[in-house]
Amino acid sequence: MNFFSTIKMTVRSLLSRKGRSALTMLGIVIGVAGVIIIISLGAGAQSLVLGQVNKLGSNLLSVQPGKSDPKGPPAQVYGVVVTSLVEPDADALRSTSQVPHAVGVNAMVRGVGTVVWQNKNADTNFVGTDFGYAQVVNFTMSSGSFIDETANKGGSKVVVLGSKVADALFSGTGVDPIGQVIKVRSSAQQDAGGIPLRIVGVVEKRGSAFFQDQDDQIFIPLSIAQGELLGIHYLQAINIKVDSAENIDQTISDVTIVLKERHHIMTDDDIDFTIRNVAAAVDILKTITNALSLFLTSMAAIALAVGGIGILNIMLATVAERTREIGLRKAVGATNSMVMRQFLLEAGTLTLIGGVIGIIFGIIISYLMALLMKYLGFDWDFVISITSVVLAVGVSVLTGVIFGLYPSLKASRLNPIDALRYE
Amino acid sequence: MPIIKIENLKKDYENEGVITNVLHGIDFSMEQGEFVAIMGPSGSGKSTLMHILSFLDKASSGVYEFEGQDTKDFDKDYLAKLRNERIGFVFQSFNLLTRTTVLDNVKLPLIYSNKKDHDNLAKKALADVGLSHRLDFFTNQISGGEKQRVAIARALVCDPAVIFADEPTGNLDSKSGNAVLEILQKLNDRGHTIILVTHEMDTANHAKRIIYIKDGMIVGDEKVLKRTIATSDGVLNK
Repeated sequence: MNFFSTIKMTVRSLLSRKGRSALTMLGIVIGVAGVIIIISLGAGAQSLVLGQVNKLGSNLLSVQPGKSDPKGPPAQVYGVVVTSLVEPDADALRSTSQVPHAVGVNAMVRGVGTVVWQNKNADTNFVGTDFGYAQVVNFTMSSGSFIDETANKGGSKVVVLGSKVADALFSGTGVDPIGQVIKVRSSAQQDAGGIPLRIVGVVEKRGSAFFQDQDDQIFIPLSIAQGELLGIHYLQAINIKVDSAENIDQTISDVTIVLKERHHIMTDDDIDFTIRNVAAAVDILKTITNALSLFLTSMAAIALAVGGIGILNIMLATVAERTREIGLRKAVGATNSMVMRQFLLEAGTLTLIGGVIGIIFGIIISYLMALLMKYLGFDWDFVISITSVVLAVGVSVLTGVIFGLYPSLKASRLNPIDALRYE
Repeated sequence: MPIIKIENLKKDYENEGVITNVLHGIDFSMEQGEFVAIMGPSGSGKSTLMHILSFLDKASSGVYEFEGQDTKDFDKDYLAKLRNERIGFVFQSFNLLTRTTVLDNVKLPLIYSNKKDHDNLAKKALADVGLSHRLDFFTNQISGGEKQRVAIARALVCDPAVIFADEPTGNLDSKSGNAVLEILQKLNDRGHTIILVTHEMDTANHAKRIIYIKDGMIVGDEKVLKRTIATSDGVLNK
């Protein structure tokens, strides 16, 4: 009995029961499509999250005021205002002898405010920072320049706009923003006229990072943000960029030593700041997305198993229904292994075709979901890994073989005369 | 050398502890080229005997020699090979594959053989039973008589030594039945050994020898003196 005639026989047999074959396949189609979609969405979500993080730049450390578990939320989340972190701390951290691996340090405060230019205004976030921001965070200027060292120290009344803010104020006016003066007030100063600031640069569009729109913000010198908008003297964060990943741990301990000395802290229990490692946060996010994918994949695997049980059921029914046919085949010379091969091949073919259809559906649906995510404004990548496709096909064929094995074995072991007599 | 030789063949069935003796020790032998009718009433054990002779079932005890070999130690695969190459079956209820063409039904035993050129062999067998015009018909599109002729073509296609026919005319009208018997007689003339199981004297008279079975024992074994030669009134050529 050659392979070709077995295949022909299998196809003919499956085609003669089109409806049943299609319904049996459906379970596998859903299972396989589910696996593909879930793996694709998982990969998409992971690349989204990592992309968000990496946009800010890699090897970043963030020093925040107040003691907290570096893996838990910062103290501010509980409404505690800690004022211990100040600008001279940031200056101290710029010392190359004390923190040799820091390639950039910037001090930072944030706030919400309104910008006004002529008769136009826009609500936005303002970031009070210094020249170090450009060394720490990845971005490019579309025109002008960022706040420089002299501007910051001298308290120059300058501002750098994010692309969205620039659009909101200047789009359609034909006016070059550089050199224009806008008024900025914080949300706590609604009645004030605002601080006039001269625009010195506009940042190119960056998208969102850490789920925050990086284009909907303005950058002003730290001293102006602290003194004239927020009325505070402390910092909300100091960001540090480390030269390479291997030096992160070293830098964390360098920074700790410097700040402990500056804050006159003797024991670790009294530490009044927290150093957060962005890479560590990325690892946590990766762990979460991996766990989520694993969970969803196991759900899809359950769907596949249910599909497999469908195969088992149908194949058992088929064997019962075709008992006389099996008897006849044996009567005209089919051996046990030939009968077994025929039924296994039928089950395997059903699941293979189901698997291929499932892959096609899975890819199409994943693609549509990626489009939807992009439409919703996420930086979503459409990712289909070869592994997931191979895995899905492999598992579906294996399902057919495993769940087809018992019915096939049952069919092959039928005594020819009992099978022929079967009513 | 006899093609079939059995000695003291017995068959018991066990069902939930109750043992039923179907064959009580049967002896006979058969030469190549014979046309034997096994006759007996329902429940006499004639079908059981035929199933054992055709390797569909195994005897409980006794000796069965086929073409000079003791069949006792034949394994399942070898029995399947014998059924494929040396034996042909014709069943009372045809046992054709549904939703399958006449030609594909006849090709079925060839799938399990080492023979080549399946199409031509199957077409030749169908020509032998006068069904060359029905090759691409599905089995639900042809008459009962034609179905049985397809079954004969299927039995014939691997050129077996022995053809077993179990009540082959039982489900047919007399005209179609005659056509079937005519084919069997022609095949016998060509040298095939034929074993026909029937409970009708008229049918049995088409054979050359009749073995009578009753209650699992041979009660008579005689030559047919006035053999009926089947004529189908041209059914075969229709």
